[in-house]
Amino acid sequence: MQTKVENNKAWLLVMPVFLIVAFSAIIPLMTVVNYSVQDIFDPYTRYFVGTEWFKQVMLDSRLHEALLRQFIYSFTILAIEVPLGICVALMMPTKGRGASLALILVAIPLLIPWNVVGTIWQIFGRADIGLFGAFMSYIGVDYNYASNPMDAWLTVVLMDVWHWTPLVALLCYSGLRAIPEVYYQAARIDRASRWAVFRYIQLPKLTNVLIIGVLLRFMDSFMIYTEPFVLTGGGPGSSTTFLSQSLVQQAIGQFDLGPAAAFSLVYFLIILLVCWVFYTTIMNMQKDK
Amino acid sequence: MQSSKEQAPVFSRAERKARNANLRGRFGLVLYVVLLLLPIYWLVNMSFKTNTEILSGLSFFPADFTLENYAKIFSDSTWYMGYVNSIFYVSMNMVISLLVALPAAYAFSRYRFIGDKHMFFWLLSNRMAPPAVFLLPFFQLYSSVGLFDTHIAVALAHCIFTVPLAVWILEGFMSGVPREIDETAYIDGYSFPKFFVRIFIPLIRSGIGVTAFFCFMFSWVELLLARTLTSVDAKPIAAIMTRTVSASGMDWGLLAAAGVLTIIPGMLVIYFVRNHVAKGFALGRV
Repeated sequence: MQTKVENNKAWLLVMPVFLIVAFSAIIPLMTVVNYSVQDIFDPYTRYFVGTEWFKQVMLDSRLHEALLRQFIYSFTILAIEVPLGICVALMMPTKGRGASLALILVAIPLLIPWNVVGTIWQIFGRADIGLFGAFMSYIGVDYNYASNPMDAWLTVVLMDVWHWTPLVALLCYSGLRAIPEVYYQAARIDRASRWAVFRYIQLPKLTNVLIIGVLLRFMDSFMIYTEPFVLTGGGPGSSTTFLSQSLVQQAIGQFDLGPAAAFSLVYFLIILLVCWVFYTTIMNMQKDK
Repeated sequence: MQSSKEQAPVFSRAERKARNANLRGRFGLVLYVVLLLLPIYWLVNMSFKTNTEILSGLSFFPADFTLENYAKIFSDSTWYMGYVNSIFYVSMNMVISLLVALPAAYAFSRYRFIGDKHMFFWLLSNRMAPPAVFLLPFFQLYSSVGLFDTHIAVALAHCIFTVPLAVWILEGFMSGVPREIDETAYIDGYSFPKFFVRIFIPLIRSGIGVTAFFCFMFSWVELLLARTLTSVDAKPIAAIMTRTVSASGMDWGLLAAAGVLTIIPGMLVIYFVRNHVAKGFALGRV
Protein backbone atom coordinates (compact mmCIF):
# COMPACT_ATOMS: atom_id res chain seq x y z
CA MET A 1 0.00 0.00 0.00
CA GLN A 2 1.62 3.22 -1.15
CA THR A 3 1.15 6.15 1.16
CA LYS A 4 -0.65 9.19 -0.13
CA VAL A 5 0.23 12.75 0.73
CA GLU A 6 -2.28 14.56 2.90
CA ASN A 7 -3.32 17.71 1.08
CA ASN A 8 -6.70 19.36 1.29
CA LYS A 9 -5.99 21.54 -1.72
CA ALA A 10 -6.79 18.43 -3.74
CA TRP A 11 -10.41 19.43 -3.25
CA LEU A 12 -9.83 22.12 -5.89
CA LEU A 13 -9.11 19.38 -8.40
CA VAL A 14 -12.21 17.45 -7.41
CA MET A 15 -14.45 20.51 -7.46
CA PRO A 16 -15.42 20.43 -11.18
CA VAL A 17 -16.53 16.81 -10.89
CA PHE A 18 -18.44 17.60 -7.75
CA LEU A 19 -20.25 20.53 -9.36
CA ILE A 20 -21.18 18.78 -12.57
CA VAL A 21 -22.40 15.61 -10.89
CA ALA A 22 -24.18 17.57 -8.18
CA PHE A 23 -26.09 19.50 -10.83
CA SER A 24 -27.31 16.26 -12.38
CA ALA A 25 -27.68 14.28 -9.17
CA ILE A 26 -28.39 16.35 -6.08
CA ILE A 27 -30.93 18.76 -7.55
CA PRO A 28 -33.09 15.99 -9.07
CA LEU A 29 -32.73 13.91 -5.92
CA MET A 30 -33.94 16.80 -3.78
CA THR A 31 -36.88 17.25 -6.16
CA VAL A 32 -37.76 13.61 -5.63
CA VAL A 33 -37.54 14.02 -1.87
CA ASN A 34 -39.76 17.07 -2.14
CA TYR A 35 -42.42 15.19 -4.11
CA SER A 36 -42.37 12.21 -1.83
CA VAL A 37 -43.84 14.14 1.10
CA GLN A 38 -46.51 16.05 -0.82
CA ASP A 39 -49.80 15.36 -2.50
CA ILE A 40 -49.74 17.21 -5.81
CA PHE A 41 -52.88 17.99 -7.82
CA ASP A 42 -51.38 20.69 -10.01
CA PRO A 43 -48.39 23.03 -9.62
CA TYR A 44 -50.37 25.38 -7.33
CA THR A 45 -52.36 22.92 -5.27
CA ARG A 46 -50.22 20.73 -3.11
CA TYR A 47 -50.45 19.47 0.44
CA PHE A 48 -47.88 18.19 2.84
CA VAL A 49 -48.68 14.58 3.64
CA GLY A 50 -45.64 13.48 5.63
CA THR A 51 -44.77 9.82 5.40
CA GLU A 52 -48.09 8.69 3.95
CA TRP A 53 -46.71 7.81 0.51
CA PHE A 54 -43.92 5.81 2.07
CA LYS A 55 -46.45 3.80 4.08
CA GLN A 56 -48.50 3.26 0.95
CA VAL A 57 -45.46 2.14 -1.05
CA MET A 58 -44.28 -0.21 1.64
CA LEU A 59 -47.70 -1.89 1.72
CA ASP A 60 -48.35 -1.90 -2.03
CA SER A 61 -48.59 -5.51 -3.15
CA ARG A 62 -47.86 -4.66 -6.79
CA LEU A 63 -44.50 -3.28 -5.78
CA HIS A 64 -43.73 -6.27 -3.59
CA GLU A 65 -44.35 -8.46 -6.61
CA ALA A 66 -42.15 -6.28 -8.81
CA LEU A 67 -39.41 -6.39 -6.17
CA LEU A 68 -39.64 -10.16 -5.87
CA ARG A 69 -39.61 -10.54 -9.65
CA GLN A 70 -36.59 -8.26 -9.74
CA PHE A 71 -34.61 -10.29 -7.22
CA ILE A 72 -35.45 -13.59 -8.92
CA TYR A 73 -34.44 -12.13 -12.24
CA SER A 74 -31.17 -10.62 -10.99
CA PHE A 75 -30.10 -13.82 -9.25
CA THR A 76 -31.05 -15.97 -12.24
CA ILE A 77 -28.95 -14.00 -14.67
CA LEU A 78 -26.02 -13.89 -12.22
CA ALA A 79 -26.22 -17.67 -11.77
CA ILE A 80 -26.02 -18.14 -15.53
CA GLU A 81 -23.70 -15.34 -16.59
CA VAL A 82 -20.91 -15.76 -14.05
CA PRO A 83 -20.12 -19.48 -14.69
CA LEU A 84 -20.66 -19.07 -18.43
CA GLY A 85 -18.43 -15.99 -18.51
CA ILE A 86 -15.65 -17.86 -16.67
CA CYS A 87 -15.91 -20.76 -19.14
CA VAL A 88 -15.71 -18.45 -22.13
CA ALA A 89 -12.74 -16.62 -20.62
CA LEU A 90 -10.92 -19.93 -20.05
CA MET A 91 -11.49 -20.90 -23.67
CA MET A 92 -10.27 -17.65 -25.19
CA PRO A 93 -6.81 -17.81 -26.81
CA THR A 94 -4.17 -15.79 -24.99
CA LYS A 95 -1.79 -14.91 -27.81
CA GLY A 96 -1.70 -13.82 -31.40
CA ARG A 97 -4.24 -12.56 -33.86
CA GLY A 98 -6.85 -15.02 -32.61
CA ALA A 99 -6.82 -13.31 -29.22
CA SER A 100 -7.64 -9.87 -30.66
CA LEU A 101 -10.29 -11.27 -32.94
CA ALA A 102 -11.94 -13.22 -30.11
CA LEU A 103 -11.89 -10.09 -27.90
CA ILE A 104 -13.58 -7.94 -30.52
CA LEU A 105 -16.19 -10.54 -31.45
CA VAL A 106 -17.09 -11.29 -27.86
CA ALA A 107 -17.39 -7.58 -27.02
CA ILE A 108 -19.81 -6.72 -29.83
CA PRO A 109 -23.10 -7.14 -27.88
CA LEU A 110 -21.87 -4.64 -25.28
CA LEU A 111 -21.73 -1.85 -27.85
CA ILE A 112 -25.22 -2.16 -29.20
CA PRO A 113 -27.69 0.47 -27.97
CA TRP A 114 -30.00 -1.12 -25.43
CA ASN A 115 -33.18 -0.54 -27.35
CA VAL A 116 -31.59 -2.10 -30.43
CA VAL A 117 -30.79 -5.14 -28.29
CA GLY A 118 -34.51 -5.28 -27.54
CA THR A 119 -35.31 -4.87 -31.23
CA ILE A 120 -32.89 -7.61 -32.25
CA TRP A 121 -34.54 -10.07 -29.89
CA GLN A 122 -38.01 -8.87 -30.77
CA ILE A 123 -37.27 -9.85 -34.37
CA PHE A 124 -35.18 -12.91 -33.53
CA GLY A 125 -37.82 -14.43 -31.25
CA ARG A 126 -40.86 -14.06 -33.47
CA ALA A 127 -42.15 -17.34 -34.82
CA ASP A 128 -43.06 -15.90 -38.22
CA ILE A 129 -39.98 -13.87 -39.12
CA GLY A 130 -37.34 -14.69 -36.49
CA LEU A 131 -34.78 -17.46 -36.58
CA PHE A 132 -35.06 -18.35 -32.90
CA GLY A 133 -38.85 -18.35 -32.82
CA ALA A 134 -39.02 -20.39 -36.01
CA PHE A 135 -36.47 -22.85 -34.63
CA MET A 136 -38.49 -23.30 -31.45
CA SER A 137 -41.68 -24.04 -33.33
CA TYR A 138 -39.71 -26.31 -35.69
CA ILE A 139 -38.61 -28.52 -32.80
CA GLY A 140 -42.17 -28.57 -31.58
CA VAL A 141 -42.12 -26.10 -28.69
CA ASP A 142 -45.13 -23.85 -28.54
CA TYR A 143 -43.18 -20.65 -28.07
CA ASN A 144 -44.61 -17.16 -28.16
CA TYR A 145 -43.00 -14.43 -26.07
CA ALA A 146 -45.82 -11.98 -26.73
CA SER A 147 -48.61 -14.04 -25.16
CA ASN A 148 -47.05 -16.61 -22.83
CA PRO A 149 -45.66 -15.07 -19.59
CA MET A 150 -43.12 -17.87 -19.05
CA ASP A 151 -41.79 -17.55 -22.60
CA ALA A 152 -41.56 -13.79 -22.22
CA TRP A 153 -39.60 -14.15 -18.99
CA LEU A 154 -37.25 -16.72 -20.49
CA THR A 155 -36.68 -14.53 -23.55
CA VAL A 156 -35.75 -11.57 -21.36
CA VAL A 157 -33.31 -13.77 -19.40
CA LEU A 158 -31.85 -15.18 -22.61
CA MET A 159 -31.48 -11.68 -24.01
CA ASP A 160 -29.67 -10.51 -20.91
CA VAL A 161 -27.36 -13.53 -20.99
CA TRP A 162 -26.60 -12.82 -24.63
CA HIS A 163 -26.07 -9.14 -23.93
CA TRP A 164 -23.98 -9.21 -20.75
CA THR A 165 -22.10 -12.51 -20.50
CA PRO A 166 -19.38 -10.88 -22.65
CA LEU A 167 -18.77 -8.39 -19.83
CA VAL A 168 -18.05 -11.16 -17.31
CA ALA A 169 -15.99 -13.01 -19.92
CA LEU A 170 -13.85 -9.95 -20.70
CA LEU A 171 -13.24 -9.22 -17.03
CA CYS A 172 -12.22 -12.81 -16.29
CA TYR A 173 -10.07 -12.90 -19.40
CA SER A 174 -8.03 -9.94 -18.24
CA GLY A 175 -7.84 -11.45 -14.77
CA LEU A 176 -6.47 -14.69 -16.24
CA ARG A 177 -3.91 -12.81 -18.32
CA ALA A 178 -2.50 -11.31 -15.13
CA ILE A 179 -1.38 -14.76 -13.86
CA PRO A 180 2.37 -15.26 -14.41
CA GLU A 181 3.38 -18.24 -16.56
CA VAL A 182 5.57 -19.48 -13.67
CA TYR A 183 2.48 -20.55 -11.73
CA TYR A 184 1.41 -22.87 -14.54
CA GLN A 185 4.92 -24.29 -14.85
CA ALA A 186 4.92 -25.08 -11.15
CA ALA A 187 1.54 -26.75 -11.51
CA ARG A 188 2.83 -28.86 -14.42
CA ILE A 189 5.81 -30.02 -12.36
CA ASP A 190 3.43 -30.99 -9.56
CA ARG A 191 1.28 -32.72 -12.19
CA ALA A 192 -1.75 -30.82 -11.00
CA SER A 193 -5.00 -31.75 -12.70
CA ARG A 194 -6.87 -29.24 -14.86
CA TRP A 195 -9.40 -28.82 -12.05
CA ALA A 196 -6.68 -28.23 -9.45
CA VAL A 197 -5.11 -25.57 -11.67
CA PHE A 198 -8.46 -23.85 -11.96
CA ARG A 199 -9.37 -24.20 -8.30
CA TYR A 200 -6.05 -23.20 -6.72
CA ILE A 201 -4.41 -20.93 -9.30
CA GLN A 202 -6.98 -19.36 -11.58
CA LEU A 203 -10.01 -18.92 -9.35
CA PRO A 204 -8.19 -17.08 -6.52
CA LYS A 205 -6.79 -14.64 -9.10
CA LEU A 206 -10.26 -14.09 -10.47
CA THR A 207 -11.98 -13.12 -7.23
CA ASN A 208 -11.11 -9.46 -7.65
CA VAL A 209 -12.53 -9.09 -11.14
CA LEU A 210 -15.46 -11.35 -10.33
CA ILE A 211 -16.55 -9.09 -7.49
CA ILE A 212 -16.53 -6.11 -9.84
CA GLY A 213 -18.35 -8.15 -12.46
CA VAL A 214 -21.01 -9.31 -10.04
CA LEU A 215 -21.40 -5.77 -8.70
CA LEU A 216 -21.87 -4.28 -12.17
CA ARG A 217 -24.20 -7.02 -13.31
CA PHE A 218 -26.29 -6.87 -10.16
CA MET A 219 -26.69 -3.10 -10.34
CA ASP A 220 -27.40 -2.97 -14.05
CA SER A 221 -29.87 -5.82 -13.97
CA PHE A 222 -31.53 -4.17 -11.01
CA MET A 223 -32.24 -1.07 -13.06
CA ILE A 224 -33.01 -2.83 -16.34
CA TYR A 225 -35.61 -0.92 -18.30
CA THR A 226 -35.02 -0.42 -21.99
CA GLU A 227 -34.58 -4.00 -23.21
CA PRO A 228 -37.77 -5.51 -21.71
CA PHE A 229 -39.62 -2.30 -22.56
CA VAL A 230 -38.85 -2.76 -26.25
CA LEU A 231 -39.25 -6.53 -26.21
CA THR A 232 -42.41 -7.06 -24.20
CA GLY A 233 -43.46 -3.69 -22.75
CA GLY A 234 -43.54 -5.35 -19.31
CA GLY A 235 -46.11 -7.93 -20.32
CA PRO A 236 -47.81 -10.20 -20.95
CA GLY A 237 -49.72 -9.36 -17.82
CA SER A 238 -46.95 -8.15 -15.57
CA SER A 239 -44.56 -11.07 -16.01
CA THR A 240 -41.63 -8.91 -17.12
CA THR A 241 -42.53 -5.74 -15.20
CA PHE A 242 -39.42 -5.10 -13.15
CA LEU A 243 -38.87 -2.25 -10.73
CA SER A 244 -37.93 0.44 -13.26
CA GLN A 245 -40.87 -0.49 -15.45
CA SER A 246 -43.22 -0.29 -12.53
CA LEU A 247 -41.82 3.07 -11.52
CA VAL A 248 -42.09 4.63 -14.96
CA GLN A 249 -45.65 3.37 -15.34
CA GLN A 250 -46.55 5.01 -12.07
CA ALA A 251 -44.71 8.30 -12.57
CA ILE A 252 -45.31 8.98 -16.27
CA GLY A 253 -48.27 6.75 -17.06
CA GLN A 254 -50.52 7.53 -14.11
CA PHE A 255 -48.71 10.72 -13.06
CA ASP A 256 -48.86 9.71 -9.37
CA LEU A 257 -45.91 11.91 -8.47
CA GLY A 258 -45.98 11.49 -4.71
CA PRO A 259 -46.09 7.68 -4.52
CA ALA A 260 -43.70 7.39 -7.47
CA ALA A 261 -41.19 9.63 -5.68
CA ALA A 262 -41.47 7.64 -2.47
CA PHE A 263 -41.00 4.48 -4.50
CA SER A 264 -37.92 6.00 -6.19
CA LEU A 265 -36.33 6.73 -2.85
CA VAL A 266 -36.92 3.24 -1.49
CA TYR A 267 -35.59 1.78 -4.74
CA PHE A 268 -32.50 3.98 -4.61
CA LEU A 269 -31.85 3.10 -0.96
CA ILE A 270 -31.94 -0.64 -1.70
CA ILE A 271 -29.37 -0.18 -4.46
CA LEU A 272 -27.25 2.09 -2.31
CA LEU A 273 -27.16 -0.48 0.48
CA VAL A 274 -26.01 -3.32 -1.77
CA CYS A 275 -23.58 -0.98 -3.45
CA TRP A 276 -22.01 0.01 -0.15
CA VAL A 277 -21.48 -3.62 0.86
CA PHE A 278 -19.69 -4.34 -2.42
CA TYR A 279 -17.66 -1.14 -2.23
CA THR A 280 -16.34 -1.87 1.24
CA THR A 281 -15.47 -5.40 0.16
CA ILE A 282 -13.50 -4.19 -2.85
CA MET A 283 -11.69 -1.53 -0.84
CA ASN A 284 -10.79 -3.97 1.91
CA MET A 285 -9.44 -6.42 -0.63
CA GLN A 286 -7.21 -3.78 -2.10
CA LYS A 287 -5.90 -2.97 1.34
CA ASP A 288 -4.97 -6.62 1.88
CA LYS A 289 -2.90 -6.71 -1.29
CA MET B 1 17.15 -43.82 -15.53
CA GLN B 2 14.30 -46.15 -14.81
CA SER B 3 12.10 -43.39 -13.55
CA SER B 4 12.70 -41.14 -16.56
CA LYS B 5 11.67 -43.96 -18.87
CA GLU B 6 8.48 -44.28 -16.92
CA GLN B 7 7.91 -40.58 -16.99
CA ALA B 8 8.22 -40.06 -20.72
CA PRO B 9 4.93 -41.70 -21.73
CA VAL B 10 3.13 -40.12 -18.80
CA PHE B 11 4.19 -36.68 -19.94
CA SER B 12 3.16 -37.26 -23.50
CA ARG B 13 -0.17 -38.61 -22.36
CA ALA B 14 -0.61 -35.47 -20.27
CA GLU B 15 0.35 -33.41 -23.28
CA ARG B 16 -2.10 -35.22 -25.49
CA LYS B 17 -4.75 -34.62 -22.86
CA ALA B 18 -3.85 -30.93 -22.77
CA ARG B 19 -4.04 -30.73 -26.54
CA ASN B 20 -7.45 -32.39 -26.52
CA ALA B 21 -8.65 -29.97 -23.87
CA ASN B 22 -7.30 -27.14 -26.00
CA LEU B 23 -9.18 -28.36 -29.06
CA ARG B 24 -12.34 -28.76 -27.06
CA GLY B 25 -11.87 -25.20 -25.78
CA ARG B 26 -11.42 -23.87 -29.32
CA PHE B 27 -14.56 -25.68 -30.38
CA GLY B 28 -16.54 -24.33 -27.43
CA LEU B 29 -15.37 -20.80 -28.13
CA VAL B 30 -16.31 -21.00 -31.80
CA LEU B 31 -19.72 -22.35 -30.84
CA TYR B 32 -20.22 -19.52 -28.36
CA VAL B 33 -19.19 -16.84 -30.84
CA VAL B 34 -21.47 -18.31 -33.51
CA LEU B 35 -24.44 -18.27 -31.11
CA LEU B 36 -23.47 -14.74 -30.12
CA LEU B 37 -23.42 -13.50 -33.69
CA LEU B 38 -26.56 -15.31 -34.81
CA PRO B 39 -29.06 -12.61 -33.72
CA ILE B 40 -26.87 -9.91 -35.27
CA TYR B 41 -26.53 -11.88 -38.49
CA TRP B 42 -30.31 -12.18 -38.60
CA LEU B 43 -30.69 -8.41 -38.22
CA VAL B 44 -28.18 -7.72 -41.01
CA ASN B 45 -29.80 -10.34 -43.20
CA MET B 46 -33.19 -8.74 -42.68
CA SER B 47 -31.98 -5.22 -43.37
CA PHE B 48 -31.23 -6.23 -46.99
CA LYS B 49 -34.66 -7.71 -47.62
CA THR B 50 -37.88 -6.13 -48.78
CA ASN B 51 -40.81 -6.24 -46.40
CA THR B 52 -42.73 -8.66 -48.60
CA GLU B 53 -39.81 -11.07 -48.51
CA ILE B 54 -39.47 -10.76 -44.73
CA LEU B 55 -43.12 -11.57 -44.16
CA SER B 56 -43.36 -14.32 -46.76
CA GLY B 57 -41.06 -16.74 -44.96
CA LEU B 58 -37.61 -17.47 -43.56
CA SER B 59 -34.52 -17.36 -45.72
CA PHE B 60 -30.90 -17.31 -44.69
CA PHE B 61 -29.85 -14.96 -47.46
CA PRO B 62 -31.88 -12.18 -49.04
CA ALA B 63 -33.24 -13.57 -52.30
CA ASP B 64 -34.19 -10.14 -53.51
CA PHE B 65 -31.16 -8.14 -52.33
CA THR B 66 -32.08 -4.51 -51.78
CA LEU B 67 -30.46 -1.38 -50.39
CA GLU B 68 -33.77 0.43 -50.31
CA ASN B 69 -34.01 0.39 -46.52
CA TYR B 70 -30.64 2.09 -46.17
CA ALA B 71 -31.45 4.49 -48.97
CA LYS B 72 -34.57 5.55 -47.12
CA ILE B 73 -32.58 6.37 -43.98
CA PHE B 74 -29.87 8.31 -45.79
CA SER B 75 -32.29 10.34 -47.89
CA ASP B 76 -34.67 11.42 -45.13
CA SER B 77 -33.26 14.12 -42.88
CA THR B 78 -35.55 13.22 -39.96
CA TRP B 79 -33.83 9.82 -40.01
CA TYR B 80 -30.18 10.61 -40.55
CA MET B 81 -30.30 13.66 -38.28
CA GLY B 82 -30.96 11.14 -35.50
CA TYR B 83 -27.49 9.73 -36.03
CA VAL B 84 -25.97 13.20 -36.19
CA ASN B 85 -27.74 14.17 -32.94
CA SER B 86 -26.59 11.02 -31.17
CA ILE B 87 -22.98 11.42 -32.26
CA PHE B 88 -23.10 15.10 -31.34
CA TYR B 89 -24.24 14.69 -27.75
CA VAL B 90 -22.06 11.61 -27.24
CA SER B 91 -18.96 13.57 -28.29
CA MET B 92 -19.91 16.50 -26.08
CA ASN B 93 -20.37 14.16 -23.17
CA MET B 94 -17.00 12.55 -23.84
CA VAL B 95 -15.17 15.89 -23.82
CA ILE B 96 -16.91 17.18 -20.67
CA SER B 97 -16.37 13.92 -18.80
CA LEU B 98 -12.67 13.76 -19.62
CA LEU B 99 -12.04 17.42 -18.81
CA VAL B 100 -13.53 17.24 -15.33
CA ALA B 101 -12.45 13.68 -14.55
CA LEU B 102 -8.74 14.08 -15.30
CA PRO B 103 -7.87 16.46 -12.42
CA ALA B 104 -10.23 14.69 -10.04
CA ALA B 105 -8.76 11.29 -10.79
CA TYR B 106 -5.29 12.74 -10.20
CA ALA B 107 -6.40 14.08 -6.83
CA PHE B 108 -7.86 10.70 -5.82
CA SER B 109 -4.80 8.77 -6.91
CA ARG B 110 -2.20 11.08 -5.30
CA TYR B 111 -3.65 12.83 -2.27
CA ARG B 112 -5.52 12.13 0.90
CA PHE B 113 -8.02 14.83 1.80
CA ILE B 114 -11.01 15.36 4.02
CA GLY B 115 -13.92 13.25 2.84
CA ASP B 116 -12.08 11.62 -0.06
CA LYS B 117 -13.51 8.16 0.56
CA HIS B 118 -17.05 9.47 0.99
CA MET B 119 -16.70 11.51 -2.17
CA PHE B 120 -15.53 8.47 -4.09
CA PHE B 121 -18.41 6.37 -2.86
CA TRP B 122 -20.88 9.11 -3.64
CA LEU B 123 -19.59 9.20 -7.22
CA LEU B 124 -19.92 5.45 -7.48
CA SER B 125 -23.46 5.57 -6.13
CA ASN B 126 -24.44 7.84 -9.01
CA ARG B 127 -23.26 5.27 -11.48
CA MET B 128 -25.67 2.92 -9.74
CA ALA B 129 -28.68 5.22 -9.59
CA PRO B 130 -31.49 3.88 -11.76
CA PRO B 131 -32.20 6.46 -14.51
CA ALA B 132 -35.91 5.78 -14.06
CA VAL B 133 -35.69 7.42 -10.62
CA PHE B 134 -34.45 10.69 -12.09
CA LEU B 135 -36.62 10.79 -15.17
CA LEU B 136 -39.22 13.32 -14.14
CA PRO B 137 -36.95 15.61 -12.09
CA PHE B 138 -34.48 15.72 -14.98
CA PHE B 139 -37.22 16.73 -17.33
CA GLN B 140 -38.33 19.52 -15.03
CA LEU B 141 -34.81 20.68 -14.19
CA TYR B 142 -33.70 21.00 -17.80
CA SER B 143 -37.00 22.55 -18.85
CA SER B 144 -36.73 25.17 -16.15
CA VAL B 145 -33.20 26.23 -17.15
CA GLY B 146 -34.24 26.32 -20.81
CA LEU B 147 -32.07 23.44 -21.96
CA PHE B 148 -34.84 21.05 -22.93
CA ASP B 149 -34.34 19.51 -26.38
CA THR B 150 -30.71 20.60 -26.70
CA HIS B 151 -27.67 18.40 -27.13
CA ILE B 152 -25.97 19.81 -24.08
CA ALA B 153 -28.88 18.72 -21.89
CA VAL B 154 -28.44 15.07 -22.87
CA ALA B 155 -24.66 15.37 -22.58
CA LEU B 156 -24.96 16.79 -19.05
CA ALA B 157 -27.55 14.22 -18.01
CA HIS B 158 -25.32 11.40 -19.22
CA CYS B 159 -22.49 12.85 -17.14
CA ILE B 160 -24.25 11.39 -14.13
CA PHE B 161 -22.93 7.96 -15.04
CA THR B 162 -20.02 8.70 -17.39
CA VAL B 163 -18.16 11.05 -15.02
CA PRO B 164 -18.02 8.59 -12.09
CA LEU B 165 -16.94 5.88 -14.51
CA ALA B 166 -14.26 8.12 -16.02
CA VAL B 167 -12.91 9.01 -12.57
CA TRP B 168 -12.76 5.34 -11.58
CA ILE B 169 -11.00 4.16 -14.71
CA LEU B 170 -8.53 7.06 -14.82
CA GLU B 171 -7.74 6.68 -11.14
CA GLY B 172 -6.86 3.04 -11.78
CA PHE B 173 -4.51 3.96 -14.61
CA MET B 174 -2.96 6.88 -12.74
CA SER B 175 -2.20 4.76 -9.68
CA GLY B 176 -0.04 2.66 -11.98
CA VAL B 177 2.26 5.62 -12.64
CA PRO B 178 5.02 5.80 -10.02
CA ARG B 179 4.89 8.88 -7.81
CA GLU B 180 8.61 9.46 -8.23
CA ILE B 181 7.86 10.88 -11.67
CA ASP B 182 5.74 13.66 -10.14
CA GLU B 183 8.38 14.48 -7.58
CA THR B 184 11.21 14.53 -10.14
CA ALA B 185 9.20 16.88 -12.35
CA TYR B 186 8.59 19.27 -9.46
CA ILE B 187 12.27 19.25 -8.57
CA ASP B 188 13.05 20.04 -12.19
CA GLY B 189 10.94 23.17 -11.79
CA TYR B 190 7.77 22.19 -13.56
CA SER B 191 4.64 23.91 -12.34
CA PHE B 192 1.61 21.69 -11.74
CA PRO B 193 -0.35 22.57 -14.89
CA LYS B 194 2.76 22.27 -17.07
CA PHE B 195 3.70 18.94 -15.49
CA PHE B 196 0.16 17.63 -15.87
CA VAL B 197 -0.20 18.50 -19.54
CA ARG B 198 3.37 17.89 -20.73
CA ILE B 199 4.41 14.85 -18.74
CA PHE B 200 1.53 13.17 -16.97
CA ILE B 201 -1.10 13.09 -19.69
CA PRO B 202 1.23 11.52 -22.28
CA LEU B 203 2.05 8.84 -19.70
CA ILE B 204 -1.54 7.71 -19.34
CA ARG B 205 -2.48 8.09 -22.99
CA SER B 206 -3.90 4.59 -23.26
CA GLY B 207 -5.93 5.13 -20.10
CA ILE B 208 -7.44 8.28 -21.56
CA GLY B 209 -8.25 6.42 -24.76
CA VAL B 210 -10.02 3.69 -22.84
CA THR B 211 -11.92 6.20 -20.74
CA ALA B 212 -13.05 8.07 -23.82
CA PHE B 213 -14.21 4.79 -25.28
CA PHE B 214 -16.26 3.97 -22.20
CA CYS B 215 -17.85 7.40 -22.07
CA PHE B 216 -18.71 7.00 -25.72
CA MET B 217 -20.10 3.56 -25.18
CA PHE B 218 -22.30 4.22 -22.17
CA SER B 219 -23.64 7.44 -23.62
CA TRP B 220 -24.27 5.76 -26.98
CA VAL B 221 -26.26 2.82 -25.61
CA GLU B 222 -28.46 4.85 -23.24
CA LEU B 223 -31.93 5.70 -24.44
CA LEU B 224 -34.24 6.44 -21.55
CA LEU B 225 -32.76 9.81 -20.51
CA ALA B 226 -31.91 10.84 -24.05
CA ARG B 227 -35.48 10.24 -25.14
CA THR B 228 -37.00 12.04 -22.18
CA LEU B 229 -34.89 15.17 -22.58
CA THR B 230 -35.45 15.69 -26.29
CA SER B 231 -38.42 16.20 -28.58
CA VAL B 232 -37.38 17.35 -32.06
CA ASP B 233 -34.07 19.13 -32.46
CA ALA B 234 -31.84 16.78 -30.51
CA LYS B 235 -33.77 13.53 -30.77
CA PRO B 236 -31.42 10.53 -30.78
CA ILE B 237 -31.57 7.83 -33.42
CA ALA B 238 -32.65 5.28 -30.86
CA ALA B 239 -35.87 7.20 -30.25
CA ILE B 240 -36.52 7.82 -33.92
CA MET B 241 -36.43 4.08 -34.52
CA THR B 242 -39.73 3.67 -32.72
CA ARG B 243 -41.36 5.46 -35.66
CA THR B 244 -41.24 2.33 -37.78
CA VAL B 245 -44.45 1.20 -36.12
CA SER B 246 -47.33 2.55 -38.16
CA ALA B 247 -50.97 1.80 -38.83
CA SER B 248 -50.05 -0.51 -41.70
CA GLY B 249 -47.88 -2.61 -39.39
CA MET B 250 -44.16 -2.71 -38.68
CA ASP B 251 -41.67 -1.71 -41.33
CA TRP B 252 -39.29 -4.51 -40.35
CA GLY B 253 -36.71 -3.95 -43.05
CA LEU B 254 -36.30 -0.30 -42.17
CA LEU B 255 -36.12 -1.09 -38.45
CA ALA B 256 -33.40 -3.68 -39.09
CA ALA B 257 -31.40 -1.29 -41.27
CA ALA B 258 -31.58 1.44 -38.61
CA GLY B 259 -30.46 -1.11 -36.01
CA VAL B 260 -27.48 -2.21 -38.09
CA LEU B 261 -26.38 1.40 -38.49
CA THR B 262 -26.37 1.90 -34.71
CA ILE B 263 -24.05 -1.07 -34.23
CA ILE B 264 -21.39 0.13 -36.67
CA PRO B 265 -19.90 3.06 -34.66
CA GLY B 266 -19.34 0.76 -31.68
CA MET B 267 -17.61 -1.84 -33.82
CA LEU B 268 -15.32 0.81 -35.28
CA VAL B 269 -14.15 2.20 -31.98
CA ILE B 270 -13.72 -1.09 -30.17
CA TYR B 271 -10.94 -2.04 -32.58
CA PHE B 272 -8.74 0.72 -31.18
CA VAL B 273 -9.10 -0.25 -27.55
CA ARG B 274 -9.39 -4.03 -27.90
CA ASN B 275 -6.49 -4.74 -25.57
CA HIS B 276 -7.70 -2.39 -22.84
CA VAL B 277 -11.44 -3.08 -22.87
CA ALA B 278 -11.33 -5.47 -19.97
CA LYS B 279 -9.25 -3.13 -17.84
CA GLY B 280 -11.79 -0.41 -18.45
CA PHE B 281 -14.68 -2.63 -17.47
CA ALA B 282 -12.82 -3.54 -14.30
CA LEU B 283 -12.76 0.21 -13.59
CA GLY B 284 -8.99 0.17 -14.07
CA ARG B 285 -8.57 -2.43 -11.35
CA VAL B 286 -7.29 -5.62 -12.91
